[in-house]
Amino acid sequence: MKKTIILCTALTAPAVLAQGHHDHTQTAAPVNTYPATRGAGQNLEHAPDAPDHVMDHEVLLTKVTIDQLEAREDDGAALEGSAWFGGDRDKLWFKTEVERAEGETEKKELQALYSRAISPYFDLQAGVRHDFEPESDSRNWAVVGLNGLAPYFFEVDSALFVGEDGDSALRLEAEYELLLTQQWVLSPELELNFFGQNNRETGTGSGLSDIEAGLRLRYEFTPQFAPYFGINYEKKVGNAADFARDDGESTSETTWVVGLRTWF
Amino acid sequence: MKRPEIKKKNTAIPSKSLSRRTFVTGAAAGAALLAVPGARARYRPQAAPQTLRGNVFDLQVGYTPVNFTGRERTAVTVNGALPGPVLRWREGETVTLNVTNKLAHDTSIHWHGMILPSDMDGVPGLSFNGIRPGETFTYRFPVRQSGTYWYHSHSDFQEQQGLYGSIVIDPADADPVTSDRDHVVFLSDWSDESPHDIYAKLKKEGHYYNRRRRTAGDLWNEIREKGVARTWNDRKMWNEMRMSDRDISDVTGYTYTFLMNGQTPDANWTALFRQGEKVRLRFINGSAMSIFDIRIPGLKMTVVASDGQNIEPVSVDEFRIGVAETYDVIVEPDGDSAYTLFAQTIDRSGYARGTLTPDPAMGAAVPDMDHAPVLTHRDMGMGAMSGMGSMDHSRHGAMKNMGDMDHSQHGDMSNMEDTDHSRHSGTGSTPAYTLHGGRPELGGMQGVWYTGNLGHAGHGSDSPIAHLPSEYGYGVDMRSQMPTSGLHDPGIGLRDHKQRYGRRVLTYADIRNLTPTIDRREPTRELQLHLTGNMERYMWSMDGIKFNDAEPLMLKYGERIRITLVNDTMMTHPIHLHGMWSELETGDAEAIPRKHTVLVQPGSKISYLVNVDAYGRWAYHCHLLYHMPGMFREVRVV
Repeated sequence: MKKTIILCTALTAPAVLAQGHHDHTQTAAPVNTYPATRGAGQNLEHAPDAPDHVMDHEVLLTKVTIDQLEAREDDGAALEGSAWFGGDRDKLWFKTEVERAEGETEKKELQALYSRAISPYFDLQAGVRHDFEPESDSRNWAVVGLNGLAPYFFEVDSALFVGEDGDSALRLEAEYELLLTQQWVLSPELELNFFGQNNRETGTGSGLSDIEAGLRLRYEFTPQFAPYFGINYEKKVGNAADFARDDGESTSETTWVVGLRTWF
Repeated sequence: MKRPEIKKKNTAIPSKSLSRRTFVTGAAAGAALLAVPGARARYRPQAAPQTLRGNVFDLQVGYTPVNFTGRERTAVTVNGALPGPVLRWREGETVTLNVTNKLAHDTSIHWHGMILPSDMDGVPGLSFNGIRPGETFTYRFPVRQSGTYWYHSHSDFQEQQGLYGSIVIDPADADPVTSDRDHVVFLSDWSDESPHDIYAKLKKEGHYYNRRRRTAGDLWNEIREKGVARTWNDRKMWNEMRMSDRDISDVTGYTYTFLMNGQTPDANWTALFRQGEKVRLRFINGSAMSIFDIRIPGLKMTVVASDGQNIEPVSVDEFRIGVAETYDVIVEPDGDSAYTLFAQTIDRSGYARGTLTPDPAMGAAVPDMDHAPVLTHRDMGMGAMSGMGSMDHSRHGAMKNMGDMDHSQHGDMSNMEDTDHSRHSGTGSTPAYTLHGGRPELGGMQGVWYTGNLGHAGHGSDSPIAHLPSEYGYGVDMRSQMPTSGLHDPGIGLRDHKQRYGRRVLTYADIRNLTPTIDRREPTRELQLHLTGNMERYMWSMDGIKFNDAEPLMLKYGERIRITLVNDTMMTHPIHLHGMWSELETGDAEAIPRKHTVLVQPGSKISYLVNVDAYGRWAYHCHLLYHMPGMFREVRVV
């Protein structure tokens, strides 16, 4: 399946999709642009008439990552994943997060983003986010964010969201990987959600609204296949906590999780 | 069959990190497999590659089933052999090679190191159109050199799949190197994975094949040894720059089985000698990605040729062979013993081995691999770091013997932050570069070109290090500020072998051409070309520009130039210029050696002269296969 996107096809079919596919008139100039110099003609008997050099095409790849596919205590479950398609600079990204607790879907969102490399370790990402709300109206947000690797090897993903109704939100995520051995990896992560306004319907409050922290220990049978177990902690703060208390819900929750991390 | 136990002495890395998964040393279950009724016969390569002589050759490129690991795979081969046949030519003759493509894809054969017309060079897109399926292409060119060379595909990733073999050219006159016996030792790396899968994995996760990543245990050991504060300081720059000091090889023994003349370590390629014989071993590194360190425990090796060219004999215990390099050595084994030809990879994730013996029944012990190297600040182009508090001196006693470092030119090292200021540092009295080196009429790629006060041929470059604005993009994660000279440096992992094991290790500074330098002209201009990349994104480039965004590098027929390669990465890159010699500047103008592939150490620089004496379009690139898509230039001579 991967072969369809890699070099060998780029050879046989013109790489129509290749971004940054530069102007061949420069690098693969027709042979008659050689100055007529002694010896030149003799070297050109078999000179190429078509620029099909194997290295002359950008490789386009697809990566699908399932960061978390897990079962949680109390009939809960979660999926967090992403998929990208593209080359070195430009990519199309999809991100999804689904959370279920006590048999009900609490969160279900999908982001579609254009991603552009802007520095050695960071991509600027912009696009849309759709929240599938089971009980209220679904909502759309505009997204702009930074995704990449921060100093000290923190994987970070930050995004600013602006809703159709003018609502605003900010999400900051960071993850670290501590290798206990080459196979056992302990991965702490933290997510903070901020909102520009209170929203009783979604239970979110102005300012810092909720915190999610996780600690997962995985075993990499291969770098691409790693089951894990861990603990997940969620806490609502500020106004969001008040909304929860008003509804008679708890403001924090700690659950054991077991799941699988994989990519291909 | 017993898998060799891998033990490391005095290692900086706890041995546990290696014990679990070693590389595949061959189809260890082979015997059992054969006993199973119906099991398919294993691929049995010839004991030595077949040798073809003459001046007309018919070569068939096709698919061949192979089994190196217990799993059957399909290799791409020449005449059904891996490696392909040894082509034995004679200097002064004209050879004709009819290459027929029996693959479903295009193919090509490049005659590596041969000085020939550009349309015979075998690079699709530059020399010719490639060879379409079912077609035959006839190469014909005069042989104007002698020595050890090799050939390989220049299409797709076929080099990884087995399309390679050796070329041995007998000199027209008497050979200055005499020997009683002559063996080709062709090293390569085999993976059961498709090369496209390997490349895709690297693009998606650059450290995929690195199974020696830093662990919590390493950190704990370091803290116990040095305390928290010093450990924090030592780790600081690596952490801030998001670099790993364990990043030695992109592709490792995690997927590779290393072959000697197409034989796995377990299959043990065996070469014979008789008592009293002088044996010439022609080492060729035909790997896709693996740099090897070669030694023969119990034997001194006299290196007599490098990249096919005769050099003043130099006696060593060990030498490093970069991808695509060749070295000829003479050994005089004792008739009573067998010896192991041991080729361990630069990252010590595996080895190829064979046996040199007077009696096929007599074997020799396979040594343990040496300690795995760990990169230092110096490998990030931070200079020799003589006064750096954060430097880890404890593991690197060998740094004292680096004779070539010019400490005087290293300025303020406190500013580790990589900024634009580097371009302007020391501009007071130093010459400025131009973007076309005084030849704007040629057009093509802009670069850091120096003219004027270039120093003498053979003595290398003193020109200031300058980073072009194109190096400041998302594709470049590091820029060497104070690259040291790579000449006297045996390379990462070998620097302390003198102190630690008493081994003399070859360096480029030891290489002197056997005959005096013919062309005594001084270079008229100097190109400072930077090798650049981003390990996290797995992007490689020159001057921060990938091949498919780059214009050709234009050279004028008849000129003599200097190229200074500055390695702005932490990898060791073998850089290969097609069509013209790379005349390595080792500090001795009288005996400048000619090479076709030059290893550039991490964070260092090296210079060579190029006599621009071949019209046409030539490839110029890193010979690590998965770096080639980016770290590649067309050189056009007009």
